[in-house]
Amino acid sequence: MSKHVNLERRRQAIYGWLLLSPAAVLLSLFAFYPSIATFISSLFSKKTRRKPSEFIELENYTDLFADPTFWIVVKNNLFYAAITIPVSIAIALAMALWANSKIPARGFVRTAYFTPTVLPMIAAANLWLFFYTPGLGVLDQIGSLFGLPSVNWLGQPETALWAVIIVTIWKEAGFFMIFYLAALQTIPEDLKEAADIEGCSRWTYTRRIVLPLLMPTTLFIMVNAMINSVKLIDHLFILTKGGPSDASKLILYYIWEMAFAFFDAPHAAAMTILVLAVLCIVAAIQFFYLDRRTHYQ
Amino acid sequence: MNAVLKYVEPGAAILLAVIWISPLMFAVWAAFHSTSDAVNFNLLSPWTLDNFRTAWDGAPWLRYFLNTFMLVTVVLIGQFILTTLAGFAFAKLDFPGKNFVFILVLMQLFILPEVLIVENYAMVSRLGMFDTILGVGMPYMASAFGIFLMRQSFKSVPIELHEAARIEGCGLLGILWRVYVPLAKPTYLAYALVSVSTHWNNFLWPLIVTNSPDTRPLTVGLSIFGAPENGVDISVISAATMMSVAPLLIAFLLFQRQFVQAFLRAGIK
Repeated sequence: MSKHVNLERRRQAIYGWLLLSPAAVLLSLFAFYPSIATFISSLFSKKTRRKPSEFIELENYTDLFADPTFWIVVKNNLFYAAITIPVSIAIALAMALWANSKIPARGFVRTAYFTPTVLPMIAAANLWLFFYTPGLGVLDQIGSLFGLPSVNWLGQPETALWAVIIVTIWKEAGFFMIFYLAALQTIPEDLKEAADIEGCSRWTYTRRIVLPLLMPTTLFIMVNAMINSVKLIDHLFILTKGGPSDASKLILYYIWEMAFAFFDAPHAAAMTILVLAVLCIVAAIQFFYLDRRTHYQ
Repeated sequence: MNAVLKYVEPGAAILLAVIWISPLMFAVWAAFHSTSDAVNFNLLSPWTLDNFRTAWDGAPWLRYFLNTFMLVTVVLIGQFILTTLAGFAFAKLDFPGKNFVFILVLMQLFILPEVLIVENYAMVSRLGMFDTILGVGMPYMASAFGIFLMRQSFKSVPIELHEAARIEGCGLLGILWRVYVPLAKPTYLAYALVSVSTHWNNFLWPLIVTNSPDTRPLTVGLSIFGAPENGVDISVISAATMMSVAPLLIAFLLFQRQFVQAFLRAGIK
């Protein structure tokens, strides 16, 4: 009998590893090995024709910290995150509350909110180019109706990052909305009835009952929005290319530029490691809060 | 007061919807009008297909479409095979080291492929897959997210079905293929919609690993076509943009409910 159990156990182990192996190989090739290789190459100097690459400890990192552009980019990205995360969450919440209430043309409203999600970021940037172009663009034309001067939204440091931020919010708010919509539909009807009997206004009901119940969803969306504030940079390639004078450059774009325009892989690697460290913190936040969430249920 | 509020809220909701859809609407409208009419907002100006003709002749779009189509197909097939096998192993088999490997897989959720572009580029070149469609798709095939999704879906299959199939003489792979895969159809559909729209829209990685019109997907082709250096005007860019988003956009408008459900299922996990 025990021989049989042993055999069965061994069979499961062999099958288990066999089934896992294709995925394990690819994950190693394109996630684990590259992470380690990035870390290692961040500790070596750049290989040139004259000088071979050599171990320089943390010099690439100290170089980065001494590079003013790096700090501009970090500041830009923090600002980008600080605006896009709360604003897109707030808009997503408003969209969901509206799309869930009994309003006319609800189908149209839902579709309109969600449509930007299925467009590529590159296409979204092209659409917005039409708005931002100085003189000819829609924003300028609207402005000129009110006698405002023409503004080069993408061409001046004060507005370029804002222009990029608006496109990101436009793109992601509708995506976040659907998670709120799904959560709203799980709130039992009797809570609303109870609130009505108690004479609660709709505002009180929303603030005291709906919003607290949406908290886990908000946290989930927040983690996604944080990841997006690192990841969503495609539109920079069309709109500003990080300019003018680095005013709208974000970290991932800078990594790309370092590696594929300046061919400086070691510094790009050092920056990648810093981003991975930040993502680890985000992961930790998520695991911490997900634990609390299961605790509540 | 309440009576006013009753109209304010729907009004605001519809206004936001109009604002949200307007960039797309403007581009659709501009794509069908001459540039001078488009920038001057001549609402009554005649419709034309010239922009589409100019855009179509300006780049090998057919090739780009084919590349994108092949890319999303290759990625999807790879993902289906790899995530099904791995998801099944995690859900239904018991073996030493399983939990440790599962945590490693979960870690990959936060190591975004986008961030590892430099080393992934080196890896793809080393494997001799630079500037091939397989090279573009490869890093996404063993999707941790997909493995997780399949594991959840297979876990919910009652063990009785598994046992019944085994008594009938089905092998392990046979059980996977005949029992689990058919029952997970909704998950596959949801995953497919999310995967296809993600990779149809992906840009940065294909930009890095493709180097010729023979492999370039639509997004990269569109960005090159619309580059300011090329001096293409706004109506033609709008036409090109419309062309490249049309298949996915139309599919979305037709199967809206499925798309939204898919994104939901994929997101909430």
